[in-house]
Amino acid sequence: MKHLTEYRDARLVKRLLERLRKTVSKKWHIMEVCGGQTHGLVRHGILDMLPPEISMIHGPGCPVCVTPVSHIDTAVSLALDHNVILCSFGDMLRVPGSSGSLLQARAQGADVRVVYAPYEAVQLAQQQPDREVVFFAVGFETTAPANALSVLQAHQLGLKNYSLLTAHVLVPPAMTAIMSDPETRVNAFLAAGHVCAVTGMQVYEPFVKRWQVPVVVTGFEPVDLLQGICTAAELLESSRAELVNQYRRAVHPEGNPFAIKTADAVFEKSLREWRGIGEIPESGLRLRSVWSAFDAFQKFGINPELPAASTAAQQQQCRSGEVMKGLIKPAQCQYFGTGCTPETPLGAPMVSSEGACAAYYQYVGGWHHES
Amino acid sequence: MKAEDKRPVVKLSCAAPAAEFTQITLSHGSGGTQMRQLLQQYVFECLNNDWLQKQEDAAILQVEGPFAFSTDTFVVSPLFFPGGDIGDLAVNGTINDLAVSGALPQYLSLAFILEEGFSSASFLRILQSIRRCCAAAGAAIVTGDTKVLERGKGDGIFINTSGIGRLRVGVQLGVSFLKDNDCLLVSGPLARHGIAVMSRRKGIGFETSIQSDTQPLHEICGMLSDALGTDLHLMRDATRGGVGTILHEITSQSRFSAEIEESALPVEQEVAGACEMLGLDPLFVANEGVFVAAVAAHKATEALALLRSHRFGQQAALIGRLRSDLRAPVVLNSTIGGRRVLPPMRGELLPRIC
Repeated sequence: MKHLTEYRDARLVKRLLERLRKTVSKKWHIMEVCGGQTHGLVRHGILDMLPPEISMIHGPGCPVCVTPVSHIDTAVSLALDHNVILCSFGDMLRVPGSSGSLLQARAQGADVRVVYAPYEAVQLAQQQPDREVVFFAVGFETTAPANALSVLQAHQLGLKNYSLLTAHVLVPPAMTAIMSDPETRVNAFLAAGHVCAVTGMQVYEPFVKRWQVPVVVTGFEPVDLLQGICTAAELLESSRAELVNQYRRAVHPEGNPFAIKTADAVFEKSLREWRGIGEIPESGLRLRSVWSAFDAFQKFGINPELPAASTAAQQQQCRSGEVMKGLIKPAQCQYFGTGCTPETPLGAPMVSSEGACAAYYQYVGGWHHES
Repeated sequence: MKAEDKRPVVKLSCAAPAAEFTQITLSHGSGGTQMRQLLQQYVFECLNNDWLQKQEDAAILQVEGPFAFSTDTFVVSPLFFPGGDIGDLAVNGTINDLAVSGALPQYLSLAFILEEGFSSASFLRILQSIRRCCAAAGAAIVTGDTKVLERGKGDGIFINTSGIGRLRVGVQLGVSFLKDNDCLLVSGPLARHGIAVMSRRKGIGFETSIQSDTQPLHEICGMLSDALGTDLHLMRDATRGGVGTILHEITSQSRFSAEIEESALPVEQEVAGACEMLGLDPLFVANEGVFVAAVAAHKATEALALLRSHRFGQQAALIGRLRSDLRAPVVLNSTIGGRRVLPPMRGELLPRIC
């Protein structure tokens, strides 16, 4: 695992920090879009090492966090009331819905299983033909192709007992929503490296042109993150709105054509509610009508647009919109750590460890300035 | 007990008994003839000693005080994993709880909850591990119990062990003996057991050569406490929840914080890679043969050298120290020179999506 040493090299980090200090002459707000990047910044203690001119704004890029309460409630209800085998990636299990999490449903007797890949769920459906298997398809453009492939595989195998509970979200519409807000302070973006490994970089070209902001496609290790921040700062200081690829070892400008084609064959864009943020047009994926036999919403007669009663109330209190626009830091919210904790989140960023508020809550805590 | 313990492992007397049954049935827990058969042919045959031979309701022991007493229950899945099985864990787990308390493990109880349909070959294999581990630790199983649950109500086998052992002379261990600036040491590389088990778990399985670190710590703990005396302030067995959880336990029970150097944490490369892939922090992954020790600062170098001189401590490391001037319970200085709070683990360890 070379990346554990090379991309965490303390000397290289020091050199990049010096380069950054020499580059910046004024205050810049840079948003890292992906929750994995937020996690990296706090886990390695990078935020405190940055020069004071650089302020990182933590973006909405945590698919677990932004999955609406209504979808979690649907998953819980499918598992509890419809006797399905509900398969999910591990970190969805803890996320609270309005009447509990999937973990709690499991404790009540629901058949909830953690899988690492959707194909495991397809195999399960093959092995248990008399049970309905539902895969909770959560994630950005990164997980969509494999989830789409599972539908194609299930179709090829002639399976009638496999379906997807689709809760996919797309990154560029969320970035557009952030820039569309007149209050936003974001000057530049670190685009999510792994999303770009699938989609390629072209999707950001119109974005860069329209909003005149630099976008640096960035990886997740300390050296990646600092290179991304340095590049963004250099572009900002020289007033260049450009699209740059820092994460060249993983991201090809064209992306992964097979993955794009596969996802496109199965999914189409749709209106999506983001937990704690609200509805964003064309920001989600749903199964194309030709694949409706694999759509858990249709199969079990559930309306995907139906918001949970508690969602609206939560959204009114939650200030995640201000966090994501860079107006406040998580700890400046009056509910942070008191009315809003990972166990009882008011909004998306407190839900999973990759959400900005949860990352602060975990790694920075209330002790930030004393220690 | 002693004569039995000294028998070499290769001459185990508990070879497969006459195959009168291949699976555990409810009648093996009923108290009748099948239960006697199970005990005679399997348990007593394997763990034979004077106490078990007597088949009394309780073992009569000569124990000089003060002694330590501990209990633990084992429900691992899968039952057999690289580097060991539930039998190893059941013995070493209790041995290690006694060892880190400064005691010399002597007598253990052993209770099985078996599930109807559990294979007798697996049961025998587990008994052989129990026998081997008892011999290695110089401890004897002196009393026990067997129950059988209906199929579907257990996970093959659950085991409980309790143990007692005489406290070593001059030992003074506990959070009340901790001092500012005490050095924190770990006796071996982190996270091997948890990753070995996860590598074989259904749904996660991946190819790896990582083996569980299940091993008895009585010898290495005894060596450390004999050499350091009252300069050894605390030892804790870093099992479930890993070293990180122990650090939080220590700091929540005392007035001190812990400051940890990430670069000093001993993590084998393959384990680090697996943790990275699964989205887990090796500090919070289970060990079954690693302990944390807090020692007086002026004895840290000596303690480290001692640990490293033992076969179970070759990768021991000084990972940080206790401090009274920090506000966060545990602070970690990252490899790249950053600094952050190390949060306690919450809930179950769950792999991340991305």
